[in-house]
Amino acid sequence: MAMQIMIPNKHETSGDTPIKIETKSLEVYYGKFQALKQINLDVREKQITAIIGPSGCGKSTLLRSFNRMNDLTPTCRVEGEIKLDGENLYSPGVDVVDIRRRVGMVFQRPNPFPKSIFDNVAYGPRLYGIHRKSDLEGIVENSLKASALWNEVKDKLNQSGLSISGGQQQRLCIARALAVEPEVILMDEPASALDPISTLKIEELMQEIKKDYTIVIVTHNMQQAARVSDYTAMMMIDDDRTGHLIEFDHTNTIFTRPKDKRTEDYVTGRFG
Amino acid sequence: MNKNSPRLRSKRKAVNLLMLSLTGIATLLVVTPLIWILLYIIHEGAPAINLKFFTQLPTPVGVAGGGIVNALLGSLMTVGLGLVIAAPIGTLVGFYAAAHPDSPLGLLVRFGADVIAGVPSIVMGIFAYTLIVLPQRHFSAFSGGIVLSFIMLPIIIRTTEEMVRLVPSSIREASLALGAAEWKTSLSVILPAALNGVVTGAMLAIARAAGEAAPMLFTAFGNPFMNTNYSQPVATLPHTIFVYAISPYNDWHAKAWATALVLITLILLLNILARIIIWWRTRTLGTIK
Repeated sequence: MAMQIMIPNKHETSGDTPIKIETKSLEVYYGKFQALKQINLDVREKQITAIIGPSGCGKSTLLRSFNRMNDLTPTCRVEGEIKLDGENLYSPGVDVVDIRRRVGMVFQRPNPFPKSIFDNVAYGPRLYGIHRKSDLEGIVENSLKASALWNEVKDKLNQSGLSISGGQQQRLCIARALAVEPEVILMDEPASALDPISTLKIEELMQEIKKDYTIVIVTHNMQQAARVSDYTAMMMIDDDRTGHLIEFDHTNTIFTRPKDKRTEDYVTGRFG
Repeated sequence: MNKNSPRLRSKRKAVNLLMLSLTGIATLLVVTPLIWILLYIIHEGAPAINLKFFTQLPTPVGVAGGGIVNALLGSLMTVGLGLVIAAPIGTLVGFYAAAHPDSPLGLLVRFGADVIAGVPSIVMGIFAYTLIVLPQRHFSAFSGGIVLSFIMLPIIIRTTEEMVRLVPSSIREASLALGAAEWKTSLSVILPAALNGVVTGAMLAIARAAGEAAPMLFTAFGNPFMNTNYSQPVATLPHTIFVYAISPYNDWHAKAWATALVLITLILLLNILARIIIWWRTRTLGTIK
C-alpha cells in the first residue's frame, strides 16, 4: 500500500472546547537526525489528549517540546511553532521558566527529591515566593488531596519522599506538579513503571483533575489511552526513523472507526 | 565428557579456596602494618597523655610537664583558615566541572586539580614562603592557612565533582520542569543530594591538611607561646611532632609520640563525626535508588 501521509483534518474537531496548545508544522532535529516531521496538532483545553504509537516514534520528543524540556539536549533543534494560548513558545526572548510553570510535567519513573514529603510538594511554591508556613501547609494539603495521596501520608509529611512506595511516589510527583498551579500537565507514560492498582488510581486521578487542567499523556498502553482520553493522536515512524502524526481525532473515532489503515492495524494489535 | 564430574567439582572447589586464601592473605598484609602503627603509637604516646598535656604550654628542656595547647590552637587556626577558603571555592569549582566536564574551563579545572594534588607539600610550602612570607617579612598563621588551602583545594574539587556526577539526572529534570532555573536547581536540589559526598571530601581534605608538617616549616614556623594573632607565627600539631622528634631529649621524644597520638585520634573523631552526619541525613532524607 502506498505510504500516505494524512494531515489530520482540523475541521473534524472544530466546535469543541478552545485550543490550548496549537502545534504548527513542528519539526525536531537531534543534530542531523530528524526526530519529528510536520506535526500539526491541537490540544484542547481541559481535555485529555493521548499520544500513542510504536516505540521510538517520537512521542516523548513531541511531549517534551511542549514545555521546552528538549532544550536540555544540546544538539536539539526545533522548527515550526508551538503556540500556548496563541503565543509561540519558541519565539526568541520567551521566558522558559514561566513556560515550565504553566506547563508542568510528570515523568515515567517517579523522581521525588531526597527531601521530606512536605518539602517535595512545597518546592514549587517556594520557588515562586511563597514562604509563609501557613500558606505552604495549605497548598501542600490541597495538592496531596488532589493527587489522592493525602490520607496515606498526612501523618508523615516529615518523612523522606523516598520512603514511600513507587505508586505513592508517582502521586507525590503529581502533587508536586499540581502545587505550582499549572495550566497544562504533561505526562510521559506516568504509570508504566507502576503496578495495576497504582495505575488505576492514577487514571482515576486524571479524570478528577481534568476539570481544572489540560492534560497530554504519552502512553504505550492503548487500552489506557482508550479508557482515559478524549482525543488521541496516532504517531508512526517512517523508514528514516522520523516520527510523524498519521491521525488525530476523538478517541472514540480512533478506536472504533479509524480513517487510516495503519491506525487500525496498531489499535487492533496487528503490530506494535 | 561429563561437565559435572566429581573431579571437576573438587577442582573448582580447590581453586575457589586458593583464591579466597590469597585475598585473605593480601588483606592481612595490608591491615597488619596499619594496626601495628596504631598500637605502637598508643603504646609510646599514652604514658605522656594527661589533662595537663591539653591545657599547658610547652616547658623548657629538663622541666617536667608541659603540653601542646598552643599547637592545638594553631592547628585549628591554620586548618580552619584553609577550610574557609578551600571549601566554598572548591565546591563551586567542583560543581562547574561536573556540569560542564568537556568545556575548555571544565577540562582545565579537572586537569589542573590533578596537577596541584600531585605537587609535593614541601614545594607548596616554599611557594607560599615566596608569595607571602618574604613580602610580609615575617612568618604567620595566615600564610600557614593559605598554603593549607592550596593543599585542600584539589581534594575538595575532585570529590565534589564526582559526587555531583553521581546525582541522578532525573531529579535535575524534575526541578527544571517545575520552573526552577539552573542555578536554583544546583543549589536547592543537586547540592543537598551531593552533600554527603561533599562533606566526606571536606573531611578528607581536613585530615590531609592537619597532618602536613613540611609546609608549616616555611609558613607558620612554630611558636613556643600561645598565639591567637593570624599575623604571628603559630605552632601546629605536625610541626610540633617534628620539632620534638628530632630533638636529642628523651622526654621530648615521649611528647612527640603523645602528640602523634593526639593527631591521629582527632582525625579519627572527625571521621566518625562525618559518618554520623551522613547517617543522620540519610535517615531523614532518604537515598535515591
